[in-house]
Amino acid sequence: MALRKEHDVHKRRSGLNKGVGISLAAFVVLIMALTMVKVTSNSFKFPDAQGEQN
Amino acid sequence: MSDASINASRAYEDEASFGDYFALLKPRVMSLVVFTALVGLLAAPVPVHPVVGFCAILFIAIGGGASGALNMWWDADIDKVMKRTKSRPIPAGKIEPGEALAFGLALSGLSVIMLALAANVFAGAFLAFTIFFYVVVYTMWLKRATPQNIVIGGAAGAFPPVIGWIAATGSMSVEPWLMFLLTFMWTPPHFWALALFMRSDYDDAGVPMLTVTHGRRATRVHILFYTVLLAVLAVGTAFSGIGGPIYLAAALVMNALFLHGAWKITRRDEDDSEADNFKVERSFFKLSLLYLFLHFGAILAEALLKPYGLGGW
Repeated sequence: MALRKEHDVHKRRSGLNKGVGISLAAFVVLIMALTMVKVTSNSFKFPDAQGEQN
Repeated sequence: MSDASINASRAYEDEASFGDYFALLKPRVMSLVVFTALVGLLAAPVPVHPVVGFCAILFIAIGGGASGALNMWWDADIDKVMKRTKSRPIPAGKIEPGEALAFGLALSGLSVIMLALAANVFAGAFLAFTIFFYVVVYTMWLKRATPQNIVIGGAAGAFPPVIGWIAATGSMSVEPWLMFLLTFMWTPPHFWALALFMRSDYDDAGVPMLTVTHGRRATRVHILFYTVLLAVLAVGTAFSGIGGPIYLAAALVMNALFLHGAWKITRRDEDDSEADNFKVERSFFKLSLLYLFLHFGAILAEALLKPYGLGGW
């Protein structure tokens, strides 16, 4: 039998689903910020540029 | 209401919430990991970009949490026996052991790889070693095999400041190992004081704590012995590169109080402790939390004041 829209299981799982969703969104933002910091730092070099130097 | 719907309703009540998964990470232990790793990172003589520093601390914390989840997976059988741990998510029936194992392994891999990418490979490798040490060496091997379990296993909880330092510098030196030793030597008196007033828990679970194998008198003497060694180390650290007048003042006050507490524990017998429901042992345990917090707080203060010409000697 299909679950009704307002079934109790939806309420019980909504907290877990929201928590996972917020965690994943925060992880994406964090990786984005980390990438920006890494590629804008003075020590950053593209792999090709490193290869040419070698 | 049919039997099937009653059973389904009960099953939903036992479903894990987000908080149950978070509890698998041992948030209290994680707070110690975060704080000591942060001090290790900021006390290092190399400036770190705030975003990189934040990521490093976050992934060290997640790695520490992952090892906590793996610890709960392995120890589920004894956790359900002990009062202190029987409400944890696995013995409470909220999370299946297999789920905790998968959760712990996934977060371990994620934290190690992300720390290696965010900071450096050395820091990532050291975090992997720390997880291995806590889960395999301490949880699977030593905890149920020897009364020295927390002495050697305490090393796992002492590694975070070293990882924080490596995340900042990419290398090792004496100072992070002094922070390591501070936590390492602090762990035995801290846990043995807990074991003194949680005696029946470890007895029931068959964990060979010193109180069970060598008796309570020997445990009290061991607490004093380790506290004396800790005091020498803690005050000596004041004259290293991470020390200074603030740290020295904090160390002198806290070690005097800690030694006094250990001395009182040693002088008491079981009748005294039973009479006041382990008042001295409980207050020593609480003091031990403040002890570690103030020592690392003082190291942090010295590091933060250095740019203004105030920290250090």
